[in-house]
Amino acid sequence: MAEIVIKNVAKSFGQFRALDSIDLTIADQEFVVLLGASGCGKTTLLRIIAGLETPTGGEVWIGGRRVDRLPPRERGISMVFQNYAVFPHLTVFENIAFGLRMKKLPQAEIDERVRRTAELLHIEQLLKRYSGQISGGQRQRVAVARALAMEPDVILMDEPLSNLDALLRLEMRAELKGVLAHSKTTTIYVTHDQVEAMSLADRIAVMDKGRIVQAASPVEVYRNPANRFVGSFIGNPPMNFIAATKAGDGKWLVAGLTMDGPSSAKDRLEFAIRPEDVDIKPGGLRATARVVEPLGAHTLVTCEVAGMPFRAVLDSDVRVAVGDELGLVPIPDRVRWFDPETTIAV
Amino acid sequence: MSDTVSVDAPRPVAEINAAGRFLFIAGIVLLCAWVLVPIYFLVVNTLSSPQEVAGFPKSAIPSFDFGSLQFFLHFKGVGWALWNSVLVAGLTMALSIGIGAPAGYALSRFEFPGKASFRMLVLMTRAFPLPLLALPLAVMFIRVGLDDSPIGLALVHTTLALPFAVLITFSIFSGIPLELEEAAWTLGCNRVQAFSKVVLPLVMPGIAASAIFAFTISWNEVFAAAVLTVENRTLTAFLLQNLSVSPLHLRFAGGAALVMPALIFIFAVRKYLFAMWGIANR
Amino acid sequence: MNNKALPYLLLLPATLFLLVFFVYPFVQIAVLAFSGPEGFTLKPFQTMATHWKFQTTLWNTILLAAIVVPIQLLLALSMASIVTKLKTGRNIILYIFTIPLGLSDLAAGIIWLAIFEQSGFLNSMLVGLGLTERPMLFLSYQNLWVIFVAVILAEIWRATAIVMVILVSGMGLIPKEYYEAAEVFGAGPWKRFLKVTLPMLRPSLQTALILRTIAAFEVFAVVVALGGTTLPVLMGETFSWQFTLTDRHVAAAYALVILAISIASTLVFLRVLRTPKGATV
Repeated sequence: MAEIVIKNVAKSFGQFRALDSIDLTIADQEFVVLLGASGCGKTTLLRIIAGLETPTGGEVWIGGRRVDRLPPRERGISMVFQNYAVFPHLTVFENIAFGLRMKKLPQAEIDERVRRTAELLHIEQLLKRYSGQISGGQRQRVAVARALAMEPDVILMDEPLSNLDALLRLEMRAELKGVLAHSKTTTIYVTHDQVEAMSLADRIAVMDKGRIVQAASPVEVYRNPANRFVGSFIGNPPMNFIAATKAGDGKWLVAGLTMDGPSSAKDRLEFAIRPEDVDIKPGGLRATARVVEPLGAHTLVTCEVAGMPFRAVLDSDVRVAVGDELGLVPIPDRVRWFDPETTIAV
Repeated sequence: MSDTVSVDAPRPVAEINAAGRFLFIAGIVLLCAWVLVPIYFLVVNTLSSPQEVAGFPKSAIPSFDFGSLQFFLHFKGVGWALWNSVLVAGLTMALSIGIGAPAGYALSRFEFPGKASFRMLVLMTRAFPLPLLALPLAVMFIRVGLDDSPIGLALVHTTLALPFAVLITFSIFSGIPLELEEAAWTLGCNRVQAFSKVVLPLVMPGIAASAIFAFTISWNEVFAAAVLTVENRTLTAFLLQNLSVSPLHLRFAGGAALVMPALIFIFAVRKYLFAMWGIANR
Repeated sequence: MNNKALPYLLLLPATLFLLVFFVYPFVQIAVLAFSGPEGFTLKPFQTMATHWKFQTTLWNTILLAAIVVPIQLLLALSMASIVTKLKTGRNIILYIFTIPLGLSDLAAGIIWLAIFEQSGFLNSMLVGLGLTERPMLFLSYQNLWVIFVAVILAEIWRATAIVMVILVSGMGLIPKEYYEAAEVFGAGPWKRFLKVTLPMLRPSLQTALILRTIAAFEVFAVVVALGGTTLPVLMGETFSWQFTLTDRHVAAAYALVILAISIASTLVFLRVLRTPKGATV
């Protein structure tokens, strides 16, 4: 049983507030991704859960025990570091066996566990090599194997794929997903790459400036972003935002087009729609195509709508030339609205 | 079609390179000779008989006569001086690493108030003519009973070697990512275990080099040794004292005794000389 | 895993050691230099300054440093440039160049004695080449300037290596891209040296000059080996006042003079060679 509860955790480095009232509950065997840009606090939070940093306030519970004052070795966690931290003076075998030796397991069991984990990560032929003799991708597998061999309750991963090249990252992502599902551990994974987050997570916790802004399933975070930040961070190309003024109760003027929207006491809101959620149809937002990028699978058109840039992802069959006047109709149930002052979704 | 005015035909690239390369190699040869020839002369003198050393003109080839060396080794006080030098240098080595390495580790791993002040203190010691400290320390040692003792001189030499020890170990520890220790902590180690199982094996060569460097500094030091030792002279103090009154062949043999170990030491630590100043010379 | 006290504990032995064996004796020297049997007095300084040897001693020391340090700097720059350009044989050449680093200044003095001594190698070569008929007495008190030159040569020979090591390290930190960019913009090798290498070497130059100048003011064993007492320098006079003339106060005064010129030159170098904030690699 490895449920993780984070209660009101805060962390300051001198004057700098890295984390501010973090509350998060992670169920046993759940895969949660901490997603955010550099400096948002996601790695700090992970390190606090690991025990490599002590929180300035709040509590951390793992498996029903309060652990925030305990050192890492007493928390039942295992960790994969961003730069792998494979010990250079030990063979791959000894690296994977390191934690098992510390636990004083019998040699037979160590051998068995190391071999089993190495096979799982497809590195069984590298066991006698040293870290200087293997590639970066292989070292990453050693780091994962080393963490898994411990058979921990919780496995923590700090941007494990970010130092790999694009193709390798794609392959490893799929492999990792399979391996981690098989191992049945609670996983907390930190990344700035939203594609990784969407692909791997049961739930994504989007972080910004030391706070968790939204924690929900990937689809939920994509379709119903809790605030403007989440909307613009998730999705590539990012969401389009247009200032809207009230044109009546439930009616809003968006770049010259009158649309149905929420009832609100405010007279300004922000209209948001994803680039792939618009169609070229008569009526709709008047857009002038400025840059056309045929990307193969689809065509990315950067337009000008009411003097502001607006991106649209169109089917690759659609022919658009620079300077064309287009009518872009947003799909009604994909339209989102945000309060311009609080940035919260309406 | 166009009117080309040829002023200077450009010299072929190969020509320029050949001239430049000749200068380059000549420069290297000259500089190497500049360093090695004087040492060679010392070797010639050492391996000549006492008569040849005092004689004239000198030949460029040593006669491999061990008369000078024998005279040196049997001269009264030399054996004892050699032993003292070894003892003092050994103590200096142990002390400077024992005190300096923890400080180097602390500087590389932690941020804490007072860090800048400590670094300033260490740097100041390098800016100060340290052998002069031997003067008041001579008095202090007499009061404490440490005068004319190897440990007393070793303490002064440690003051000389400590800044280097701290800075070299700081540089070495900084080269070991903290991530490695953190990984060990997550795999069941406490701080001490992580240090001994992960950091120590990786820094051993560097620490050894620091130790040898400290040994060399002590071995070569002259002023403090001359000030602080009377009966228990080290080799440098012994030679200094006897310099004007001893025969030539004694001086040269003594010089060789100083130089030969140093040559070996520097060979052993050459990689780490540069670690000290921030780069690794592979 | 945070033990707030740990760094202080690790630092404690070194701090205590330096306080007892560095700060305390230093304070004592300062006190000694300003005291006599009746308490605070400037008498040690007066004795020192009015002594017939003082002017020459001070002048000799400063002159020696003023000649030796610049030559060493140029030589070290050349050696460092050569070494960084080498590919094959780099390790051997580097080892050879750094050999003098491990030598005692006394040993260096003795080595150059072998050359300059009346029956030494220089004379042997001169006579052998037919340039002189009889061996010349180089190192006598009549030829003070020869002793001077011999000391200069010995010091340059011995102590250039440390400057070279610092400069090689500094050069290693300069990314290749800067040279490549300069070359693309039309700078030849000499220009590149002037405009890329030297400016980026400023911090290393500063360190090297400070350390070497202070060490130059401390010159002692080399002078004794080559000239005995004929060439007075500050460190030598400190030694002789302490032991031969047994006036510890004057010795302390001399020590403070050495300290004073060391600090003065350090401040000069810190000022002249400072790099503007943000202008480093």
